[in-house]
Amino acid sequence: MANLNKKNKGVIDWIDYRLPIVSFLKHSAVDYPTPKNLNYWWNFGSLAGFFLLVQIITGIILSMHYTAHVDHAFDSIEHIMRNVNHGWLIRYIHMNGASFFFIVVYIHIFRGLYYGSYKAPRELLWWLGILILLLMMATAFMGYVLPWGQMSFWGATVITNLFSAIPFIGESITQWLWGGYSVDNPTLSRFYTLHFLLPFLIVGVVILHIVALHTHGSNNPLGIDKKGPQDTIPFHPFYTIKDLFGLSFVLTIFFTVVFFAPDYLGHPDNYVPADPLKTPAHIVPEWYFLPFYAILRAIPDKLGGVIAMFSAIFVLFLLPWLDTSKVRSATFRPIYKKLFWIFVLDALILGWVGSKPAEGIYIIISRLATLYYFVHFLILLPLLGKFEKNRPLPESIGKPVLAE
Amino acid sequence: MKNFIIIFLLFSYTLNLFSAEEALKPEQYNFSFSKPLGKINKNSAQRGLQVFIEVCASCHGLKHVAYRSLEELGYNKDQVNSIAAQFQIDDLPNEEGEILKRKAIYSDYFVEPYKNLNEAKTANNGAYPPDLSLMVKARKDGANYVRSLLLGYNEPPSGFDVGEGYYNKYMAGNVIAMPQPLYGDDVEFSDGTKATLEQEVNDLVTFLTWTSMPDLENRRAAGIKVIFFLLVMTILFYISYRKIWSELKT
Ligand code: HEC
Ligand code: HEM
Repeated sequence: MANLNKKNKGVIDWIDYRLPIVSFLKHSAVDYPTPKNLNYWWNFGSLAGFFLLVQIITGIILSMHYTAHVDHAFDSIEHIMRNVNHGWLIRYIHMNGASFFFIVVYIHIFRGLYYGSYKAPRELLWWLGILILLLMMATAFMGYVLPWGQMSFWGATVITNLFSAIPFIGESITQWLWGGYSVDNPTLSRFYTLHFLLPFLIVGVVILHIVALHTHGSNNPLGIDKKGPQDTIPFHPFYTIKDLFGLSFVLTIFFTVVFFAPDYLGHPDNYVPADPLKTPAHIVPEWYFLPFYAILRAIPDKLGGVIAMFSAIFVLFLLPWLDTSKVRSATFRPIYKKLFWIFVLDALILGWVGSKPAEGIYIIISRLATLYYFVHFLILLPLLGKFEKNRPLPESIGKPVLAE
Repeated sequence: MKNFIIIFLLFSYTLNLFSAEEALKPEQYNFSFSKPLGKINKNSAQRGLQVFIEVCASCHGLKHVAYRSLEELGYNKDQVNSIAAQFQIDDLPNEEGEILKRKAIYSDYFVEPYKNLNEAKTANNGAYPPDLSLMVKARKDGANYVRSLLLGYNEPPSGFDVGEGYYNKYMAGNVIAMPQPLYGDDVEFSDGTKATLEQEVNDLVTFLTWTSMPDLENRRAAGIKVIFFLLVMTILFYISYRKIWSELKT
């Protein structure tokens, strides 16, 4: 006992001796040895975590005033916008926060693609990331249904109808999802429950994602393993301050949108209350789904389209094995570097045609872009690893110049 | 970095290309609120309210707007009460269970012109006049759209069949079920402003922009402060970042 008392220098130490949360945090957010050469693209992980928190906090406040019923949902949003103190601010942050969450996560993913962060020993880290993306998509899709505007209703109708393409049991699955014979009150109410629940599952997966990350540490722009302490610096203060600077910069852009163009990323039709008898001229999903929507519509067959759309994400799970190159970073892979930028362009083209009506030239563009999307992963990457001659890798992170 | 800028430009271009409508693009007009820091012109919005009540309110509702919020346009409580008193609203059931009418008051919401959707449709040849509370947000480039629409009634080109409706080149499909509501001199403004057609329409659109975005002025005012704060904070973080990392290099 005496021994124990000597250790108690204060309340914090007293707690930490019994429940080591303080040393855990110190280990993983203060001392955590981080490669010294990370560039700004490594800011986007912590930014994603920040936007997840923003969504949860604003979402909880919204849920205190929102009513999940087809007769009241639209009006309750207007009640939030007009009568709740700063309700317009909370709602605009939540609406645009979802968009920024996706921007940040997409950049985070492309960072991984460029620097080969999915390669051994980070395959599971990569998998957890894609799982987060899938959960985010489900969450955002169901969130967009909640205001019960025209796009909410018709978007939900189009997307849930996709399940009816499944042979034999499709119809029953769709009706089971709806809780009836069309998108209606039971659908809205379960979407609300799930929209509330899924973000907390995301938090769980994010924790696993970070545990996996800290097991082998961050990848870095050179894509080579760290050799010793000379290659790393403690996370705090070096990366805490860099992350804070990045956060502050992105928040400036974010709040410029929130305060001066809050409806820019949304669709005007969602300010028209849902009307099951009146189909809008163009049904378009939120911008962050457009590339996948384009792939869906590129295939002339409904079931084929659904399979292609899901494969577009599923193929990412296989990426650690499809990319046969041993070199991680595109910096040392001259051909892959070009292919990467072509792939980025392809994804943007898909997003653009996704916003266009499925007719004429747009169909052709979407088919070519879809084809290229899969060719990139399934043909180019496996072959490239065999033929590409990489530039010589530097010896260590600390002395990258040696190689030149 | 160069690549990044190209990608970014492409990306913003992509976002710009959202939906393509077939109808004529609305004419651009410079309203008091059009610029990012612009405000709602209160006098204009008050005149717009007058046009709305005297012309549009017989067909269109404004159900998300409470009379009390009209105070934001510069009316005092008594004035708001007398505006509300022009409308009759269903009272709560009395002791015999009958629902009688009473004058609307400060705390009520704008009274609906029709009892229900079917009544609205019957009165308008099968089309229903949509609620106008959110009209400016519910259309692309809403303020310019509503203005162009109200000024955009014409004779149909020869051979164009408008059926039961009216020709309007700004409406999707070019046929609208609403007869031209304003011609000029439809109201007499109490502040002496001449009620030309364009004046009435501009005032009305100013009013409807406020009903769609009652948060507009507060939002923009708060926005300036927040962005200023964030810019300063970003610069300070950048300086600290450079300082902390400079220790590393030596
Ligand atoms: C006689 C009844 C009537 C009056 C008075 C009237 N409207 Fe309408 N309004 C309608 C009907 C009916 C529609 C639906 C038109 C359609 O769907 O084709 C409509 C539609 C509209 C629309 C929507 C057009 C669109 O893009 O769908 C706007 C905006 C509008 N009215 C504004 C006004 C304004 C402003 C006034 C007052 C100056 C007014 N209306 C007066 C009947 C009326
Ligand atoms: C992963 C995090 C989240 C994402 C990506 C997300 C996304 C969205 C989106 C896109 C909307 C529609 C916004 C609109 O057009 O109006 C929405 C609405 C809503 N969300 Fe979330 N959300 C998240 C987390 C949460 C959480 C944790 C809650 C509650 C605890 C919540 C509660 C709500 C409510 C009540 C609405 C309806 C209000 C509205 O539409 O503005 N959200 N969400």
